[in-house]
Amino acid sequence: MSSAVSSLSSSTGDTLWRWGPPAVAVLMAIPVLVIFSFVLHPAGEVWQHLVETVLRDYVVNSLLLMTGVAIGTLSIGVSCAWLTSMCRFPGRRLFEWALLLPMAIPAYIIAYTYTGMLDFSGPLQTQLREWTGWGYGDYWFPEIRSLEGAALMLSLVLYPYVYLLARASFLEQSVCVLEVSRTLGNGPWRTFFNVALPLSRPAVIAGLSLALMETLADYGTVQYFGVSTFTTGIFRTWFGLDNSPAAAQLSAMLLGFVFLLIILERWSRRHMRFHHTGRRRVSPPRFDLTGWNAAAAFGICGGVLLLGFLLPASQLAVWSWATYGEMVDASFLALTWHSFLLAASASLLALLLALLLGYGKRLHNRPLTRISVRIAGMGYAVPGTVIAVGVMLPFAWFDNTLDSWLRTRFDISSGLLLSGTLVALLFSYLVRFLAVSLQTVEAGLGKIGRSVDDAAYSLGYQPAGVLGRVHLPMMRASLFTALLLVFVDVLKELPATLILRPFNFNTLAVRTYELASDERLMDASSAALAIVLVGVLPVILLSRNIRRLGPAHE
Amino acid sequence: MYNKLLASLLVPLALYTTQTLADEVNVYSARKEALIKPLLERFSNETGIQVNLVTGKADALLQRLRSENRNSPADLLITTDAGRLYRAKAAGVLQAVESEILQASIPASYRDPENHWFGLSIRARTIVYAKERVKPEELSSYEALTDSRWKNRLCIRSSGNIYNQSLTASMLVADGALKTEHWAKGLVKNFARPPQGGDRDQIKAAAAGQCDIALANTYYLGTMIHSKNAEEREAAGKMAIFWPNQAGRGVHVNVSGAAVTAAAPHRENAIRLLEFLAGDEAQRWYAASNHEYPVNPDVGWSETLKSWGTFKTDSINLSLLGELNPEAVKIMDRAGWK
Repeated sequence: MSSAVSSLSSSTGDTLWRWGPPAVAVLMAIPVLVIFSFVLHPAGEVWQHLVETVLRDYVVNSLLLMTGVAIGTLSIGVSCAWLTSMCRFPGRRLFEWALLLPMAIPAYIIAYTYTGMLDFSGPLQTQLREWTGWGYGDYWFPEIRSLEGAALMLSLVLYPYVYLLARASFLEQSVCVLEVSRTLGNGPWRTFFNVALPLSRPAVIAGLSLALMETLADYGTVQYFGVSTFTTGIFRTWFGLDNSPAAAQLSAMLLGFVFLLIILERWSRRHMRFHHTGRRRVSPPRFDLTGWNAAAAFGICGGVLLLGFLLPASQLAVWSWATYGEMVDASFLALTWHSFLLAASASLLALLLALLLGYGKRLHNRPLTRISVRIAGMGYAVPGTVIAVGVMLPFAWFDNTLDSWLRTRFDISSGLLLSGTLVALLFSYLVRFLAVSLQTVEAGLGKIGRSVDDAAYSLGYQPAGVLGRVHLPMMRASLFTALLLVFVDVLKELPATLILRPFNFNTLAVRTYELASDERLMDASSAALAIVLVGVLPVILLSRNIRRLGPAHE
Repeated sequence: MYNKLLASLLVPLALYTTQTLADEVNVYSARKEALIKPLLERFSNETGIQVNLVTGKADALLQRLRSENRNSPADLLITTDAGRLYRAKAAGVLQAVESEILQASIPASYRDPENHWFGLSIRARTIVYAKERVKPEELSSYEALTDSRWKNRLCIRSSGNIYNQSLTASMLVADGALKTEHWAKGLVKNFARPPQGGDRDQIKAAAAGQCDIALANTYYLGTMIHSKNAEEREAAGKMAIFWPNQAGRGVHVNVSGAAVTAAAPHRENAIRLLEFLAGDEAQRWYAASNHEYPVNPDVGWSETLKSWGTFKTDSINLSLLGELNPEAVKIMDRAGWK
């Protein structure tokens, strides 16, 4: 294969695949590098203060939260993916797509909603006290606003990452592998644990790492629950202690940790390759579940759907019913349109860049390209506000430098060309969410065997032609998944939107946050519900596509 | 209606460049849209000056202002506490404004001594107690909240919140570092639960019996009294306000305020807007819409504010709150105030 590629290196189109990934990586790395450049500034004696008082809490809580979310998203995501793709039970068709719905709910919204229901002063506990005559301290009730509560909230909205990628992987697994497993006498459980799960490892890990990076970057939920994590620590140091170098150093530590995790994971499967032997024409052999087994499967999927979507969405709907008259007006439509516009443009751009990076790495698997791909996906674990400042500074520097130059040379002022425009905002979305589409595209590409490439080259195709005619059609499901994930992520994105958006430009997430953070949950519900609805629509459309484009249908 | 809709749909296309029109004013506001836009619209109707608005967190807006530097399109910065205004002034992104109207309507303690920023509404952070379980005679001052009788009876939100940081900074001014740290530790010992949620959550928890007293800004109780939600109104009915330190320095107050930026391209309009915000109509609006106290002493109070009675306020220079903020945070860290 390497000979096939090297013979192509002289062609002009090849420059793009060779130098495109490093170029994108440099661009995407700018915001992070800007933040890192603060690391060199001395932070003063504040570090001693941090080490003596709060740093331990930040580290321990972040690790515990990650562990909780890892357990939660893995158990929910993998079990639901296995059940809906490999088993047959009543309601499976519905669950297939409905289990993606929680993804459309921002984590801080589900946190606010559950707190409204389960808090000590909420309706449930109040009713309980009225029935029993108990007072505070007379009974035990799980504390929703706690570390465990935060892990549960995040798991409920983040498991779809694992579910989606694991499910796609189960569906795309070579049918013969599973059949071999069954002819060897393995039952469903052993087939799952000994064959399917190990084969799906790259996909499951990709989903998990997305969920964990999102967890590390979360601010809204942990802040509201009073859990001090690394992210809240960064803001406390930055704004409360007014010490940006120390805050940058904390951000750098966070990034270093994420980098280490990624490297460890890659190293642990350094000798493994995961390919499937081409597109399958038959649907997988599903396990028929009956009786208690079917009921258990229904119960698991139904319970997850209830907790992750139906319950919070109904609560939002009830609140929204009471307040929509005041909250929904002509400007509300504009909010929806803005949100949609940003999410759609960002997801398309992110997909294009992800293809460039992922395919570039496939063509030229050299250290420079590999490192570029890793760097370009780093932004996902960084809190949105930090990325936003990292974007703001270089854009403003560019604008101001150009302006000064024009003023001195030509006595004209260009003002701010890019700062405060949607360009800056879209760029920050790419920095933050490229990892999502990249992971998905890479997982999709990885499943296509090298022999396919070789065959295509031997037919005389150029790399772009191979990508367009061979790879893209084979990985349509992954492409749609990549689009969907970024779309929903941008729809929910808050901190960067808040800081970088232009004048008079609001989105649904901004409106929701402003009202919710003012503890006006009822007023916030209409906008929150609109985020969910706008997010749900593509979720349904695309999950249908995944099913249709995945295996042939029964 | 249709035209308005169409216009708002086309806005994003026009926004790919930031062009400035003559008769407009650009505002960066840490006051949320719902709590400032109605006022800005009234200003536009009266003057014909279009107001362009970006809302966000104060620190982030300040960062944006700093990085945009002399080309910043922003004319006016609105914040919800004096500490951030102090920080903006220290960063050199504000300019002094000489206005007789502002001097006349805003008392000196609520504006910058060098006229770089002006307070527009007063927010009092005070003790809210459950009427059933606490007698007002038991309460006296912020300092007395460390008394062991309040063990497991106090609710307050996290120390990450700027209102708590400002309160602690005001304690630093009054009592000094040693006593303040002692106070913070004593307060933490009396917490009924680990800090969580917002001010309104503390009031609700006290109403429901999880604790007996809460430290909160008064306007949260005001919005609960007038809430659309019957449960919130009921909870608010169980609570009452106590004004601490009346024999001494008075209640800790902060202001939401505004300042004209150093780069302001529409300086005159910005000053007009500032004067409008300090005027009678706007000052009454703060109380009517969000139960904040008007900064102008000549403006009458709403019924809700009157029902809470008058009180003596701590008259320290509010700039100190910003200056002492980092030290306050360190003290809270050391006290284990989450």
